[in-house]
Amino acid sequence: MKLKNWKEVTPGAVCTEAGSALKFKTGSWRAFKPRWIEENCIQCLFCWIYCPDMAIEVKDGKRGVYRYDYCKGCGICALECPGKKGKKAIVMEEEGK
Amino acid sequence: MATGITLKELSKKEELLTGGHRMCSGCGAPIIVKMVLLASDYPIIAANATGCLEVSTCISDYTAWKIPWIHQSLSGAMERGHDMIYICYDNGAYMNTGIQRSSATPFGADTTTCPAGSVIPGKTQQRKNLTKIMAAHDIPYAAQASPSHWMDLVKKVKKALDIKGPKFMNVLSPCNRGWRSRTDDAIMLSRLGVETCYWPLYEIEDGVTKVTFKPREKKPLADFLKPQGRFKHMFAPENEWMLKRAQEMVDKEWGSLLKAEAK
Ligand code: SF4
Ligand code: SF4
Repeated sequence: MKLKNWKEVTPGAVCTEAGSALKFKTGSWRAFKPRWIEENCIQCLFCWIYCPDMAIEVKDGKRGVYRYDYCKGCGICALECPGKKGKKAIVMEEEGK
Repeated sequence: MATGITLKELSKKEELLTGGHRMCSGCGAPIIVKMVLLASDYPIIAANATGCLEVSTCISDYTAWKIPWIHQSLSGAMERGHDMIYICYDNGAYMNTGIQRSSATPFGADTTTCPAGSVIPGKTQQRKNLTKIMAAHDIPYAAQASPSHWMDLVKKVKKALDIKGPKFMNVLSPCNRGWRSRTDDAIMLSRLGVETCYWPLYEIEDGVTKVTFKPREKKPLADFLKPQGRFKHMFAPENEWMLKRAQEMVDKEWGSLLKAEAK
């Protein structure tokens, strides 16, 4: 991700666009990556409501994919996921392995 | 009163706080902000005093907010009776500037300005009870919530937004940097805060106190303290008195809350 130089930022760093933080990809902070195992998912959406980074998509009320551009790999979704029959629907895996 | 709130329904609403903000990985605060924004059916203007949330959601010309957002202050606004809801995300120290002790820091906690060592065993005073202080302004609504109990939180925000006048909510906000805990345990810790009655869920509406969640079994406070490095020294044999004292403080507050409710 390329950061803006001083000539490219607005004068006084005024925010002219709502939600422009989306252009800043925090996914690069991640040391661990969550992986969703759909067959163990019970669609409770706990992962979605508890994610601090709005990094889990929900479409039509259904659990969707990860937005890895923003996920910081905290692991809250994996810890809170109840999964099915004792099997988690989210596991954390070390990045770059 | 809001009924039939489901995550499925809430998930259809627009996200008003985006990803790409620069709060720490696993921070409790953006979770709380997300829940609050989802609870509202009204257009919102956020007013934010300086803290982590302010400086990490608006950096240079990036903003993670999709709603108007202004800088704001508290007791005076309550006294003047502005029609607003003030939500404090309470992480129990000046976390943004490097984990300095604040009046809201709990008893015993190790911070950079009350470090536990040979001179003092962490903070020696008890935590200021901000929720009660705000309720003492005789405002129409004051409440305490926790992100672990998302439905309780969302209901309280909805209720508060429908009341005219100044409202206050205090929400427990785990901070893994300051609490010396893991990045994945924000929800687990906030749940333990509630289950140990360290952070009771209650509301005071027009002077009437109601405890909105009573744990089936009140867990020992140590369950909440143990996973947090800031309380590590309290588990040393010579500091047993601290655990006892901290437990007594929690028992006292819980007791007086139940009494206030019974009135
Ligand atoms: S690891 Fe953390 S940031 Fe990533 S999706 Fe899970 S809860 Fe969100
Ligand atoms: S928390 Fe787990 S089971 Fe629930 S929706 Fe997310 S992935 Fe599925």
